[in-house]
Amino acid sequence: MANRLLSALITPLVGENPITLQILGICSALAVTTTLDTALVMSAAVTCVLALSGASISAIRRFLPRSVRIIVQITIIASFVIIVDLVLKAFAYEISLRLSVFVGLIVTNCIILARAEGFAMHNGILASTLDGIGNGLGYALILVVVGSIRELFGHGTLLDIQIFWTTAKGGGFEPVQLMLLPPSAFFIIGCIIWFIRTRRPEQVDKSEFQIRREAQEEAR
Amino acid sequence: MAERAASNVETPARTLLVVVGVAVVCAMLVSLTAVNLRPRYTANLEAYRLGQLESILDALSQRGYPVAAQDIEARVVELASGRYSDKLKPATFDARKAAADPGTSVAIPADRDVAALKRRAIHATVFLVRDAGRNVTLIILPVYGVGYQSTLRGFLALEGDTSKVLALRFYEQGDTPGLGARIQDPSWEAMWDAKRVYDDSGALRLGVARGPVPRGSEDAAYMVDGISGATRTSRGVHQLLRFWLGDFGFGPYLERVRQGKG
Repeated sequence: MANRLLSALITPLVGENPITLQILGICSALAVTTTLDTALVMSAAVTCVLALSGASISAIRRFLPRSVRIIVQITIIASFVIIVDLVLKAFAYEISLRLSVFVGLIVTNCIILARAEGFAMHNGILASTLDGIGNGLGYALILVVVGSIRELFGHGTLLDIQIFWTTAKGGGFEPVQLMLLPPSAFFIIGCIIWFIRTRRPEQVDKSEFQIRREAQEEAR
Repeated sequence: MAERAASNVETPARTLLVVVGVAVVCAMLVSLTAVNLRPRYTANLEAYRLGQLESILDALSQRGYPVAAQDIEARVVELASGRYSDKLKPATFDARKAAADPGTSVAIPADRDVAALKRRAIHATVFLVRDAGRNVTLIILPVYGVGYQSTLRGFLALEGDTSKVLALRFYEQGDTPGLGARIQDPSWEAMWDAKRVYDDSGALRLGVARGPVPRGSEDAAYMVDGISGATRTSRGVHQLLRFWLGDFGFGPYLERVRQGKG
């Protein structure tokens, strides 16, 4: 039992990372990673929502009629997202302005509904909470890596602390403008996925060619 | 699916019960949080509003209008006559509350209500800076109006002779991020710099164009580009400026300032 709980927490970090293996939650990963601090706050928000919604959906899973389960899950997730948004506006107003709509959009982040429907509906409260935290940390891991790279090479800073002296401040480092634009996050996430799948070939998707051939035969 | 409950969960009555129950509990959680955190949120908003006022002052001092926060004089103006009110003190006058209270606000005649506000407060707080000779060199007016899906609130800074805009900054809006919310973009804010308010005949010309202002056109001196994809927000800004600079807004007050009675 303890092993299963531990694995619920740890496997989503690299083994079943929501971003690099399941390719979920890419939209927000592109939008909030221009600097490390927004990436960290966004990760914390997503982790909270994942843990809380996982726990509550798991708690009422036996009373949930199948026909309305998705709507009830979304209601619960949306409530926690609103609460997290309000807490951010009250305690971290500056950052909440910079995250703008992306905290509200956690509702539509596929990771959360995927964990609710795929895990919390079939597992106990403790396991679901740990699974939520684990997936949140997996998401956080990628966001922090991407956010650090983008802030370091785009601004020459990390958490607003000057690391490279940029030319604007009399140093020798020319900031990479591309890093401030969303496509750079695509390239970085792509490279991370490439790296992980080279080290762990079992994560490589099966070739889609075969599926197509079967479909063609079926069509005949 | 071993953990799936018995089929008696699936009856319409049970379904309704679960859905209503979840909705009630979620609504209670959300409203409890909202009510408990509101004081902090409004305090943040107020701090942000003051920050925006200060950022206007910063922008002005960089442009050769050095203004320190302590040089600013706040006065309450009776809008209809344009005279300063001595009874109301800026420190205690709450313009937002006054606009909502029928006792301290007036209905705006429909033909004058270009910004669709319906009512406005009888008084408003203005901020002034004077030079050594007591002449007004800078006026900051609070303005608000209706955007696409929210109320836009901001400050309009004018030169002392009311002929040119120094800055327009919105400190509160809830329009679509990336579209209407771009009224808070520094690049859009920068376009207001030195726009003329009136033409030579004295007609109010300041506003927001529909789409980009044609280069070299006559309007370029008075209008800024509308934001593409945010027609309603752009119109909202245009109309709120027309209202607040017009006869039923700060018009009489600005007239007095021009006559040297500010």
